[in-house]
Amino acid sequence: MATLEIRDLHVSVDTENGPKEILRGVDLTIAGGQTHAIMGPNGSGKSTLAYSIAGHPKYNITSGTVTLDGEDVLDMAVDERARAGLFLAMQYPVEVPGVSVANFLRTAKTAIDGEAPKLRTWVKDVNTALADLEMDPEFAQRNVNEGFSGGEKKRHEIVQLELLNPKIAILDETDSGLDIDALKVVSTGVNRFAEQGDKGVLLITHYTRILRYIKPDFVHVFVDGRVAEEGGPELADELEANGYERFLKAAAK
Amino acid sequence: MTASETLVATGNRAHSHGPGSPVPLQARSERPTSYDVADFPVPNGREEEWRFTPVKALKALFADEPGTEIPKVDASGPDGVVIETVAADSLKVGRPQDRTAAVAWTHAAEAVAVRIPVEAELTEPVHVNVAGLGARGFSHLIVDAGRHSRAIVIIDHTGAGELGSNVEIVVGDGADLRVVSIQQGDHESIHLAQHDALVGRDAKLHHVVVTLGGKVVRVNTNVRYAGPGGDADLVGVYFAESGQHHEHRLFVDHEATHCKSNVLYKGALAGDNARSVWIGDVLIRAAAEGTDTFELNRNLVLTDGARADSVPNLEIETGEIEGAGHASATGRFDDEQLFYLQARGIPEDAARRLVVSGFFNDIIGKIGVPEVAEHLHEVIEEKLARTAELSTSAKAVIGQ
Ligand SMILES: Nc1ncnc2c1ncn2[C@@H]1O[C@H](COP(=O)(O)OP(=O)(O)O)[C@@H](O)[C@H]1O
Ligand SMILES: [Mg+2]
Repeated sequence: MATLEIRDLHVSVDTENGPKEILRGVDLTIAGGQTHAIMGPNGSGKSTLAYSIAGHPKYNITSGTVTLDGEDVLDMAVDERARAGLFLAMQYPVEVPGVSVANFLRTAKTAIDGEAPKLRTWVKDVNTALADLEMDPEFAQRNVNEGFSGGEKKRHEIVQLELLNPKIAILDETDSGLDIDALKVVSTGVNRFAEQGDKGVLLITHYTRILRYIKPDFVHVFVDGRVAEEGGPELADELEANGYERFLKAAAK
Repeated sequence: MTASETLVATGNRAHSHGPGSPVPLQARSERPTSYDVADFPVPNGREEEWRFTPVKALKALFADEPGTEIPKVDASGPDGVVIETVAADSLKVGRPQDRTAAVAWTHAAEAVAVRIPVEAELTEPVHVNVAGLGARGFSHLIVDAGRHSRAIVIIDHTGAGELGSNVEIVVGDGADLRVVSIQQGDHESIHLAQHDALVGRDAKLHHVVVTLGGKVVRVNTNVRYAGPGGDADLVGVYFAESGQHHEHRLFVDHEATHCKSNVLYKGALAGDNARSVWIGDVLIRAAAEGTDTFELNRNLVLTDGARADSVPNLEIETGEIEGAGHASATGRFDDEQLFYLQARGIPEDAARRLVVSGFFNDIIGKIGVPEVAEHLHEVIEEKLARTAELSTSAKAVIGQ
């Protein structure tokens, strides 16, 4: 089973006033079969962690390591990371004008598998994945994320998760901006993915709401660029009751 | 795309441009036309209509002298079409607007005329190939679509040397004519063209310009309407690489009532000194009630060192119009799109190709001739492959 290991990860971004450190030593291990939730207030560096693992060029890794089954992820190009089995559902999925969802999905699937999917089963798979996320089949003919509502963009991310079926999925606030019905649909999709048994899930969220539908094995509280505390699902219950205050105070010391 | 877009004056009322929009030095309607070369001084590059153009490279086409060659013109079409040679000034729908058009008019002794008879519906496109042979030459084409005819005419400009050309287009009442002009001369070739179209009552013109080759290409397209209910769709695609200058000028002159015009030009630029210029002038005269017009130009700058100029200009002299608007946007290649595609496993070069073909997708769909659309696809792929080499070698240099 796959294991994603993050060790002492330090990440900075370039700003007008020079580099600014955002991640300040993150340690995290996600093994296949496990679901981890990262919870943290806005600006704590959650997206930075997700993007850094995926290889977004904006983020500079200043020290630390990320490995997938022992392979150095940080040494891989963005597309190599995806082909190695990492998937990032983005907080703000990007519009790609003029490129249809069908073309996009087929191109991605071909790249991930190293061969084109069989035409007949593929069309069926796409339609099933869309239907599972309660998206109309006509979305296949629309341009990628163009004119999609916030909720449709998030569902489309999970459609991709199911079709590309990576080893480890990182979901960056997939729950934000969803109404309760959409949240259930999206959670069901994530659970279907996780229930294959050997898949790792890193669920990044600001709210505890999604944890009613997706049960994490581990909860990490993320404050100020590092993991402030970790535990089991009970930690989420504490956050639900008391919020982030205790952790913010501790970090301020 | 990281582009800013301005949408001006949509709705049935006159508008004035806000501060910052270019004020024409001279109203478009007042710009002179003449068949006499002497009426146009040799441009120095400071004139409004030449200020974006590398005039130094154009000396040969400014000289009031006969050509040193006659470009090879081959025309063929399906049954029904009439192809003949006529005197250059037999139609005079075209009116030269600048020195090079007047020079080309004067020194192209004859014109090749493609006539689509009244009510003929051609099943296959008419093909016209104008090939420069390496020297300095002039060509003159007439496309004359009879009343209620339907036809597609493809004009393919190829070869080497310096070419000055005039194309006159008449769309008869109720006719539907598609003219596709492809500019794909050799990398050192120069081609300056003027197209003048007269759109008849209730007629439809699809005018498609595809500019891929050449060192300097400038296509100046003018549309007038002979009666009410005319409709002109003006589509252009260009892709300028290092050392190429692709310039497209449009002037749609609305004088008849209830006419439409829709302009959509899209271009990509890659490489050092890749240059594009788009000037879109639309004039709605006081008499042109019920006009409906929109123009849009988009540019995608793929590498550093390339530059796109885009100047839309709308002059409205009547308030009684259906709608009028323009938009122009120039954006750099969007790294977020690239990241998103790569994050789904798609390698960088394939991701770039996907983004660029996405950018051109809608306009390729409007070309309306599968053989041209396919050819365009292929050439864009070739150009992108060269662009990828550029960026790889640039990275290699940085990485040293
Ligand atoms: N380009 C940038 N310049 C300056 N600060 C940045 C830049 N990008 C991100 N940040 C800062 O990094 C911090 C973490 O951002 P982010 O990872 O998006 O947090 P989260 O996803 O937890 O809300 C924030 O304080 C944000 O303002
Ligand atoms: Mg975030």
